[in-house]
Amino acid sequence: MTTPKVISREATSSELDADYKWGFTIDIGSDLAPKGLSEDIVRLISAKKEEPEWMLEWRLKAYRHWEKLKFQAPKWANVKYPPIDYQDIYYYAAPKSNAPKSLDEVDPEVLEAFEKLGIPLQERERLAGVAIDAVLDSVSVATTYQGMLEKHGVIFCSMSDAVKNHPDLVKKYLGSVVPYSDNFYATLNSAVFSDGSFAYIPKGVRCPIELMTYFRINQADSGQFERTLIVCEEGAYVSYLEGCTAPARKTHQLHAAVVELVALDDSEIKYSTLQNWFPGDKDGNGGVYNFVTKRGKAAKNAKISWTQVETGSAITWKYPSCILQGDNSVGEFYSIAITNNCQQADTGTKMIHLGKNTSSKIISKGISAGRADQTYRGLVRMSAKADGARNFTQCDSLLIGDQCGAHTVPYIESKNKGAIVEHEATTSTISEDQMFYLRQRGIPPEDAIALVVNGFCREVLQQLPMEFAVEAQKLVGISLEGSVG
Amino acid sequence: MLEIKNLHVSVEGKEILKGLDLSVGPGEIHAIMGPNGSGKSTLSHVIAGRDGYEITGGRIIFQGEDLTGLEPEIRAAKGIFLAFQYPVEIPGVPNTTFLKEALNAIRRYRGEDELDAMQFVKMMREKTKELGISDDMLKRAVNVGFSGGEKKRNEILQMAVLNPVLAVLDETDSGLDIDALKVVAEGVNKLRSPDRTTLMITHYQRLLDYIVPDKVHVLAHGKIQRTGGKELALELEEKGYAEFGEAAA
Amino acid sequence: MPNNSSHLPFVGAFDAARPGLPGAGLSWLKDFRETGIERFNALGLPSSKIEAWKYTRLKPLEDTDFQPVTDDDGMAALDTVPSLLPNPGGRPRLVFVNGRMRPNFWIEGDLPDGVHLDCLRDVLTRNPDWAEAHLGAIAGDEAMPLMQLNKAMMDTGFVLRVDDGVEIEQPIEVVFIGGLTDRPVAYFPRNLIKLGKNAKATVVKHHFGQGVGAYFANAVTEIDIGEGATFNHYTVQAESRDATHLSTTHVRVAKDATYESFNLAVGGRLSRNEVSVRLEGEGGHCGLNGAYLMRGREHCDNTTVIEHLAPHTSSREVFKGVLNDESRGVFQGRIVVHKNAQKTDGHQLCKTLLLNTGAEIDAKPELEIYADDVKCSHGATTGQMDETALFYLRSRGVPEALARNLLVQSFLGEALEEIKQDDIRQALTDKVVHWLPAACFLSEEWRDA
Repeated sequence: MTTPKVISREATSSELDADYKWGFTIDIGSDLAPKGLSEDIVRLISAKKEEPEWMLEWRLKAYRHWEKLKFQAPKWANVKYPPIDYQDIYYYAAPKSNAPKSLDEVDPEVLEAFEKLGIPLQERERLAGVAIDAVLDSVSVATTYQGMLEKHGVIFCSMSDAVKNHPDLVKKYLGSVVPYSDNFYATLNSAVFSDGSFAYIPKGVRCPIELMTYFRINQADSGQFERTLIVCEEGAYVSYLEGCTAPARKTHQLHAAVVELVALDDSEIKYSTLQNWFPGDKDGNGGVYNFVTKRGKAAKNAKISWTQVETGSAITWKYPSCILQGDNSVGEFYSIAITNNCQQADTGTKMIHLGKNTSSKIISKGISAGRADQTYRGLVRMSAKADGARNFTQCDSLLIGDQCGAHTVPYIESKNKGAIVEHEATTSTISEDQMFYLRQRGIPPEDAIALVVNGFCREVLQQLPMEFAVEAQKLVGISLEGSVG
Repeated sequence: MLEIKNLHVSVEGKEILKGLDLSVGPGEIHAIMGPNGSGKSTLSHVIAGRDGYEITGGRIIFQGEDLTGLEPEIRAAKGIFLAFQYPVEIPGVPNTTFLKEALNAIRRYRGEDELDAMQFVKMMREKTKELGISDDMLKRAVNVGFSGGEKKRNEILQMAVLNPVLAVLDETDSGLDIDALKVVAEGVNKLRSPDRTTLMITHYQRLLDYIVPDKVHVLAHGKIQRTGGKELALELEEKGYAEFGEAAA
Repeated sequence: MPNNSSHLPFVGAFDAARPGLPGAGLSWLKDFRETGIERFNALGLPSSKIEAWKYTRLKPLEDTDFQPVTDDDGMAALDTVPSLLPNPGGRPRLVFVNGRMRPNFWIEGDLPDGVHLDCLRDVLTRNPDWAEAHLGAIAGDEAMPLMQLNKAMMDTGFVLRVDDGVEIEQPIEVVFIGGLTDRPVAYFPRNLIKLGKNAKATVVKHHFGQGVGAYFANAVTEIDIGEGATFNHYTVQAESRDATHLSTTHVRVAKDATYESFNLAVGGRLSRNEVSVRLEGEGGHCGLNGAYLMRGREHCDNTTVIEHLAPHTSSREVFKGVLNDESRGVFQGRIVVHKNAQKTDGHQLCKTLLLNTGAEIDAKPELEIYADDVKCSHGATTGQMDETALFYLRSRGVPEALARNLLVQSFLGEALEEIKQDDIRQALTDKVVHWLPAACFLSEEWRDA
């Protein structure tokens, strides 16, 4: 079986860091809008995408709101970076060729680029059991298996196509979970998002294959602002995978995505992420700023499960959350976050319990090495109406070396006596005994660390679909290379 | 096979081994006995190459090669196995995964092909069957939640899989009741072979009832004080280590 | 006076009162107070936008026209002083009424040589150099508005000094009685505690309110524990239902020294117990424990920071809360392990029992770790009374109301057990029992059975 290689291929070239194996750039002409953000740029993006009026209006509303927020990027997270010049970023970058009508029309350079990443877009080289939407810079370049999915009534396409072909669905659900005014980055995204994936699973359908979006930033100085919307109708099920890489660039790249999940009654959405954006070099040069808003809303008896493996990005700011609105709905968050060298991550989740007998589970495994700093930040809120609601949280941190930091900041708010919240957190290191034991059995130090860390993360790795789990395990090892002192 | 010459070892500046000499031939089983604090565990750790043990004099020659300065994983690849007195827990890592990693790392070092999953599973089945160990233990995380006896059996299983040239058993009998001790000893005996040299480090004689050594050495005050046949162990059992500076155990 | 203090009407009134504050003639103290008020005016009252004040609002302070206490307020009629501990006769005790020391209730007890217990006013008069050297030495956080306000306004408090090697077994009791005035008053105690090398002492602070009406106490306590010394610090906060009780305690723990504390809160409309402990020397230990029982619309906030600054330091923290009616509890506990503080052992536990939907708990247990070879953990739970346990007790014939009381007591037990001295643990347990609904006294059918 072919697996999507979010890791494990040799790089051809990279501007910066030879250790980041996905750091190559591709040379395909890009269609670029001028740098900077203005109402004109928003209009231009909308026009480029031939959007209907209502879509443009929504973007403009967001833009005008962002104008008000302009200098109010959130400061509460435990991450440090110089102010971002929002006028020095390309808000629209697309491969030069016209939008392909079918896979045959996709620019061979682009196909080759994805091939290099281990993402074959040719259906004959089927990536078994996975339909892929490939997004390069801000634009979806190809979506596989659409024909097969259509037979089941499943819609899986780029957001641009969805706006054109399924306007009613998009109109109904876009912004219904993350409104355009939600937060600084979500507002920015709402104004300028250029593409992303859209998935719709009709009532009672169990999506026959896994859906995957593969995100790749190529253009230098560009921001990537994709927007993903997944809607599961009553009783439907989907497993969705997301993979990300970017070239190694000297400058920072901004990634401000929004993901909205709508899980209607009795449905289930399983969302897995392998985030391996370029983390910057050993001294903190370059790397992606990953400021992402992900949230799902679960109706009666619905279930939303987030699993994330975060190994990349210079800075990660991300809190995949669940609004447990319907009675008996379930939210899960399984996370592995690895920070090495100068990486910073402030990540966690929010579980908002509104319905009766709602339950949530949070398993967070943070690994900090080098000079990295990592924070788990989570909120569990039990509303006064959430009778019988339950939460269990386990937050473990592993520190490797004495120059890194690991922090745990949970917020627990309960207004219901019948709701039960349990939170546990520990912090530890890899003991000298463990290292000696493994090395005595013949395992070299870096492999020994990878083994212990994989063991530490096991509960989360087990949540990943098979295709991803193997890659994730390797990624864990690779991300920690050089951390043994 | 294993030649230790005038070995001096310090831990945190304190000299523990003070000129130890030991010679073990191929296929032999030697027992090192001694009172607490005599340097028995230091000897096993320094053979395996643990950090923090400073060799201030003398040499350890294994198969004609000086081990000084070699990393523990290199020594393991060369065929040295240490059965730990206190096997370490590695949460979340299944026993099989651990053993496969270890075996293939050693094979890579030796320039042998790695075993694929199928071959490995087949071999594991054979080994567990041979030693009468249940498959259940393979699925569990390394030593996590294992009883004392299970931990020691797991050490023997690892030894069977990694098939070392030199096995050092560090107080393998400690903390075991008599039934568990028998099971472990049986395992060691099954793995007895002319190609394998075994060094048993123990405080008590009782292990030697089940694994009969070729030679017995008494280690005290950082040196081998006496060497004899298996009857020496019986003598120690009777008289204790008083002669070597410790009250009867 | 700058505008930003305009929302605090009582600050103006204090300006007028300042010439009468203790130590008025000392120029260094004048400067000390000046910098405090300037800083406070710049900061303003903490708002919920400040992370440390996310869950506690100081609304009542803005709405009430607090006045400085007068000598008359301090002399309010008082027949007896309820003592927390049995047999108060021989125990050293200091009594403050509305922030004024009452010499007639002062029991010298048998303080051994080398133990000096005074009120702040006397120390400023008799030993101003010592005061200058120690005021603000431990509590100097310029970012804390309430500490700055206290710095400017401090008008009362006590000073305990224990010389090197001196141990006093008898607990020293300090009683603060509030209320008993015809208008809302505010007072600002500043307490200084300094233990020399290998010294040992125990202080029991008892805050309670009498009568009705609002009053506001904003206290700062500075504790300096010398090498190898042990300080036990117990507090009962039983202020009246209209009272606002804000307390900031900063503690420095030297090498091999120990700080043990327990804070029991059973009163106050709005209370906040903010503690910061710095473990500065190897082998330093702190036990920071507490319990709070709230009802009505009471609000109780426990905010703690334990900083491990040296290797081989340890801390243990257990807080238990019981919230009834529409009361609200806040627990913010942070453990910080600094870069070189290897081999730190830090454990924290915070559990809350909600007796009623309508009550609210907001908990934020934080770990901030910068050293790898450490053992740190925290746990937090919220929930209701264990229905199975309740049924079990009832099935054994215990009436429901009593069974509930027993389960609350059992829940708090885990925290109260942290108190090592038997008599003090008993005294605090009695306070807990008094707080509980009177069911155990009414359940005649059970008592007679």
